[in-house]
Amino acid sequence: MTSSDTIKISQGIVYDPLHGVDGQVRDIWILEGRIVDPPTDPTVRPSRTIDASGLVVMPGGIDMHCHIAGPKVNVARKMRPEEKRRGEQMPRTNITHSGTMGSVPSTFATGYKYAAMGYTTAFDAAVPPLGARHAHEEFEDTPCIDKGFYVLMGNNHYVMQSLMKNEPQKLKAFIAWLLTSTKGFAPKLVNPGGVEVWKSKQAGNVSGLDTLVDHFQVTPRQIIAGVARAANELALPHPVHIHCNNLGMPGNWETTLETMRALEGLRGHITHIQFHSYGGGAGDENTFNSKVIPLAEYVNANPNITIDVGQVLFGETTSMTGDGPLGYFLSKVYGGKWFSSDTEMESGCGITPIKYRNKSLVHSLQWAIGLEWYLLVKDPWRVVMSTDHPNGGSFLAYPQIIRFLMDRTYRRDILKTCPLEILQRSSLWDIDREYTLSEIAIITRAGPAKILGLKNKGHLGVGADADITIYTPHENKQIMFEMPRVVIKSGRIIVEQGEIRETLIGKTLHVQPSYDLEVESDIQEWFEKYYSIRWRNYPVDLSYLHESCVIPTRLSEFPQ
Amino acid sequence: MTFASTQVYAPTPSIPGELKVIQDATCTFCGCVCDDIELTVKDNHIIEAKRACVLGKAWFLNHSIEDRPSCMVDGKPATLDQGYDRAAQILTDGKYPIIYGLSDSPCEAQRVAVSIADWIKGTIDTTTSVCHGPSGMAFQGVGEVTCSLGEVANRGDLIMFWGSNPAESHPRHFTKYSLMPKGMFLPNGRKDRTCVLVDVRKTKSAKAADIFIQIKPKRDFEALWTLRALAKGLDLDPELVQRETGVEFAVWTDLMDRMKACKFGVIFFGMGLTMTRGKHANSEAILALTRDMNEHTRFVAKPNRGHGNVTGADNVVSWRTGYPFGVNHSRGYPRFNPGEYTTSDTLANREADCGMTIACDPMANFSQPAREHLASIPFIALDTKETPTTRVAAVAFTVATYGINTGGTVYRMDDVPIPLRPAFPSPHPSDYDVLTAIEERVKKILGVTHR
Repeated sequence: MTSSDTIKISQGIVYDPLHGVDGQVRDIWILEGRIVDPPTDPTVRPSRTIDASGLVVMPGGIDMHCHIAGPKVNVARKMRPEEKRRGEQMPRTNITHSGTMGSVPSTFATGYKYAAMGYTTAFDAAVPPLGARHAHEEFEDTPCIDKGFYVLMGNNHYVMQSLMKNEPQKLKAFIAWLLTSTKGFAPKLVNPGGVEVWKSKQAGNVSGLDTLVDHFQVTPRQIIAGVARAANELALPHPVHIHCNNLGMPGNWETTLETMRALEGLRGHITHIQFHSYGGGAGDENTFNSKVIPLAEYVNANPNITIDVGQVLFGETTSMTGDGPLGYFLSKVYGGKWFSSDTEMESGCGITPIKYRNKSLVHSLQWAIGLEWYLLVKDPWRVVMSTDHPNGGSFLAYPQIIRFLMDRTYRRDILKTCPLEILQRSSLWDIDREYTLSEIAIITRAGPAKILGLKNKGHLGVGADADITIYTPHENKQIMFEMPRVVIKSGRIIVEQGEIRETLIGKTLHVQPSYDLEVESDIQEWFEKYYSIRWRNYPVDLSYLHESCVIPTRLSEFPQ
Repeated sequence: MTFASTQVYAPTPSIPGELKVIQDATCTFCGCVCDDIELTVKDNHIIEAKRACVLGKAWFLNHSIEDRPSCMVDGKPATLDQGYDRAAQILTDGKYPIIYGLSDSPCEAQRVAVSIADWIKGTIDTTTSVCHGPSGMAFQGVGEVTCSLGEVANRGDLIMFWGSNPAESHPRHFTKYSLMPKGMFLPNGRKDRTCVLVDVRKTKSAKAADIFIQIKPKRDFEALWTLRALAKGLDLDPELVQRETGVEFAVWTDLMDRMKACKFGVIFFGMGLTMTRGKHANSEAILALTRDMNEHTRFVAKPNRGHGNVTGADNVVSWRTGYPFGVNHSRGYPRFNPGEYTTSDTLANREADCGMTIACDPMANFSQPAREHLASIPFIALDTKETPTTRVAAVAFTVATYGINTGGTVYRMDDVPIPLRPAFPSPHPSDYDVLTAIEERVKKILGVTHR
């Protein structure tokens, strides 16, 4: 007897770290988009069997920090025609749309490329609430993967005003209202307070956690602590995602340490921490060095903190950030074209092309510092692979990063091409650690799923989404991870040997925390005073989501 | 696939004789995309449009359902299915199909149009190529420092208009965004702002300005570079400046002093800059000047976009192809070359051999050679009314009007997406419906199985 629509992945070498499965041979059964128990009746046959003997089976990859949709990503696409003609061409086929690559691929190309690499979920890390509708429209044109985004709120006027007036209940309600209105996934802080100062004066920024933000009389420390507290009280699946102040500046490691301390033991995620781990004198590139060791010690000792790396790769890319003053700084360093846009009441944005060169001491240090982070955090469940696509490099570099982590000879070979002085300024050469396949499975899928509170992703247990990647083992791990043998998304085989076989649009993951509805009238009063669009036209309704998937708060974990 | 958002706020038919009020409706007449209009509808007719400007009132109140067939083939009434079949045949028979227009369609329809261009390996271009296309190209050269319109309202204390006449083209610009609002940091509204108008003639907007600077025609580039030089503190020959720009040197130094002294300066620029001598070099000069000014204070620039959803068209074409307009798919993947793949060129060069125009009227405003060629090739036209273009089209669809009869999404000139709240239904199909039906047939003919 054949059970319709059932797929069996037979005899694969399975890596499912959440369930302690570390390279054991198992069968996996799939029905209606989910992983199911094998049928009790041994005569039941699947409608399709994938012979995975000798192949490695993992959950689909999860990119928890990238820039793939919304206003600033699209501006970057428009701004960089020059890199598309020399980039890989993506002609249309009978089942796929055409697209363009370069450092900021078009929407369809983004979806196809993630899927072809075995990634089935991705989160855009910085969407201004006013541009949320735009991000959702692009998501509908970004196929093959599930998507969500983080909502910029570290410079939001209502957030700062609630902190200034010491109204934590209003802050909490506002965060929940804003996430619900935008159909967003998590609160994002980008250079908290600093972007507001940038909007108000020439080259404006905050210098550290205790600088007062003009007009609002709050400090970055208060914003970080206040939002972290409110978001943890709301029990959001991913409470707060923090891009620290002073990104890229020599000596910024102290700001990063202070930011982690400001969380006061609450759950918080520090993103692209590579860019925030620099020693040296203020603004002095000659004294630039790695401070991963002391920062990693702090992370190792404080289980409330998780990080992703923001690995830099050598080559040309586009820097894009919600950190307006950083965009200004980078445009002056590199001298190229520069885009900046300030969004009323909410956020900023900066975009400029950059090129990371292995002959540059600063750039090669940035590269080494990223790798130090992967290798010095002891618990792989708390460090996540990212390039902060496209800031450090493309998401397409993940297979190469895996090779750096699993092959110390390879990473030392690359290190040898960098300026010698790097050896005095970073500990990378001395680190012997090599990642295992199981650890790779953690930092690319099981870990981010856990950090994001996605109970149906990042593992292969019964009930999980059938997002599965099957790899052909290879000594060169870059080759192994570049071209999966099979990728299954929501129970459908969408990729074989790196080629798209079928497409789907994917789900939008968002949150809907409950909040004190009485605060809404206060929010409305503030909104109508200063916004340039109407209150009723601001929230994004469900019709913009092709397939909505509400991720429950962590509160719902307890009754079970 | 169906885009869910076109279903949003589907208009309900009005009950005969009864009044229906639509709050927070969005006017798509110009790039201001005012979303605070209150429409009163009676018997499928808008009888009042509160808060709308003179252009918006005309847009809403003069709207009536066209009493003509939804579809004409070769000038004769036809069924929609006949029209769809013929359209798909035309687009798939040609060797160099072009699709043009889009700036008065919601994003949902624009997305389908880009899909069709992709499947037929055609060229897709929007009206941006004949308005702010040069600004798009300049943007690719130097970038842009800009902001949303609410930032202008809340912070802008020096407001400049260059080659733009909002008093006539964007009548609510001053009151809603740029001059009159009492903003967060400008509690006294207009009194807290200085307004400067630069143009080659004294337009109606001059009345709203504190300072009007009338430059010599075609000397925008020289005037902007004068300001750039002054921003950098370079020595200039006052006589030469006056000769080149037609304006006394002291006026420019006074302006630069004001620009440096303001807290948040804004330059809105229009087609008076982008479509005069210098074109993208002018736009580049204004964007570079704005960038330079950020060495002294905060300064932003913004093109005053015309059509209701031309900004949406730029966005949709960009996210799907990577390029903003003038995109050719003949090799199966997108390539961009303004001047080659832009519609006035593909027509005037007699390269296009079939096409489709959506919500635009090239037969009324293109060059003679372009018009002649368009009239000589088979093409499909979608418009809400009869136009010189629909008259010569092989297939002409009369479509419902977006924002009045159909829903969807439009992008304001500052890239803010806004939903539409239509007033009453139309017997004609929406452009989204027509394009979707054509896409289905095109895919079938070409063997495309994408879902």
